[in-house]
Amino acid sequence: MDRVVIPIGPQHPALKEPESFRVTLEGEKIKEVSLRLGYNHRGIEKACEARTYMQNIYLLERVCGICSHSHSTCYVQAVEDLAGVEVPKRALYIRTIVGELERLHSHLLWLGVAGHEIGFDTLFMYSWRDREIVMDLFAKITGNRVNYGINTIGGVRRDISKEDQKEILIAVDKLEERTKYYIKVATQEVTLIKRLSNVGKLSHADIESFGAVGPVARASGVDRDIRRDDPYAAYDEISFKVITDNNEDVYGRTLVRVGELMESYSIIRQAIKNMPDGPITVKVPRKIPEGESISRYEAPRGEDVHYVKSNGSDIPERVKLRAPTLANIKAVLKMLENYNLADLPIIVAAIDPCFSCTDRAISITKLDTGRSEIMDWKSLREYSIEWYKKRGIRF
Amino acid sequence: MNIEEEVQQELIKSFNFLDGKIRISRIRRIFFEMPVDKLEEVLEFLMDKIHFNILCTITGLDEGITIGILYHLTRKDGVIINLKISIPKDNPKIKTITNYFPGAEYYERELVDLLGAEVEGLPEGPRYPLPDGWPEGQYPLRKDWKSDMLGKESK
Repeated sequence: MDRVVIPIGPQHPALKEPESFRVTLEGEKIKEVSLRLGYNHRGIEKACEARTYMQNIYLLERVCGICSHSHSTCYVQAVEDLAGVEVPKRALYIRTIVGELERLHSHLLWLGVAGHEIGFDTLFMYSWRDREIVMDLFAKITGNRVNYGINTIGGVRRDISKEDQKEILIAVDKLEERTKYYIKVATQEVTLIKRLSNVGKLSHADIESFGAVGPVARASGVDRDIRRDDPYAAYDEISFKVITDNNEDVYGRTLVRVGELMESYSIIRQAIKNMPDGPITVKVPRKIPEGESISRYEAPRGEDVHYVKSNGSDIPERVKLRAPTLANIKAVLKMLENYNLADLPIIVAAIDPCFSCTDRAISITKLDTGRSEIMDWKSLREYSIEWYKKRGIRF
Repeated sequence: MNIEEEVQQELIKSFNFLDGKIRISRIRRIFFEMPVDKLEEVLEFLMDKIHFNILCTITGLDEGITIGILYHLTRKDGVIINLKISIPKDNPKIKTITNYFPGAEYYERELVDLLGAEVEGLPEGPRYPLPDGWPEGQYPLRKDWKSDMLGKESK
């Protein structure tokens, strides 16, 4: 059979690290995938070494537009550890609330994208409409829809007033109602279950060996969540379940994410209820004593890791960060093997919740003739939907 | 005795050169430095005997005449071991740990591109994260590298 190699990318703006997949096909089957990363490497770690600790909060918040709070919290936690300051309780609760709201909009966004990639656009419209509720809340309580700028070294910059708390609770009630409906869709809608089950399977053992993180790992039965295992912010005072699943496929990853939405509602309610009064920030000297610290954070996509080394000045010696996508890359490559080309959009989307609508070019080269054609992501998606329609999966 | 101290005791019992070197900076955080030639032995001990079988990431540091490499290992209970080795900058050779952690591949490629480390045994593959046309011998995370060096080389 002819072997065909398909390069996908390099521009792949959905990922924090845009990347270029090179897919080798035998007929419809994906035989091998190789990857070239780093197209959007912006040298942020180097830039951190030329800015003060305070300036770096704003720089690191811009590592990602979806989980911006994750990166800034992970960083300030490391700096606070170095400075030896105790952050006021109320600030920790506010960080928790903002962090969980961020998880809500990220998972809702992912649900819509997953629906879109398989041709279930009603789901996309519904969940993105619901996501707007969270975005509006962010605009109200932080002043921004993205890059909320809520963190500072030693606490948070804005309080959440009584009135805002009420609004959050109303929004949470509404979203919970909607999520119950999504859970019903995910567990009863036969077409969806058939389309997502047994796609992109990756065993528990493979996940462990590749060091995958977040919902991708938990959907293969890996019971790991930084919020419980290495608690930060106010998570040690809040009770919640870590959602896991044993389907080990795209369907499992869907169930884990909708399950996590339900837990987030409960976490937000508990945090608002138990939030103590008091100051929201403490003063931290500009110069941070010499030392090193490592901080972890359970971002919507998985574990964020920040390492900060200080040299006694007001500028860090080294800031190292590892975003969850990098930890999941080896796992995705394995997941794609032996699946159909038509499964590629949803398998890639299933590890990446912020798949944007920007097009990306895919050129298909036939190895035997050297003939090549260009296909963009949209055509690949349409090809995938048509391919499954012929096989009886129709939304 | 808390868990961090237990890990500390276990390590000292098996590797007496670590006596007095292990620092517990706070709950769940353990730091130590160790000689390069014992790395594999210690890694195997950490993985097989005390279950530190998750690699968070690898950090590279420019320390003047040496390059510091930190391996951040963790396990189910959330304790992180930050194990550091130092290699001379003029001969920055380390052995790959992808035989223990296949996921370490991209972390090690970062050390190669950004700090100029030479990783023996790292599988062939595309570089990461710098572009293909990046000038040879320029390692941006070394302290003496400035971004204007790039402009002079490439134009």
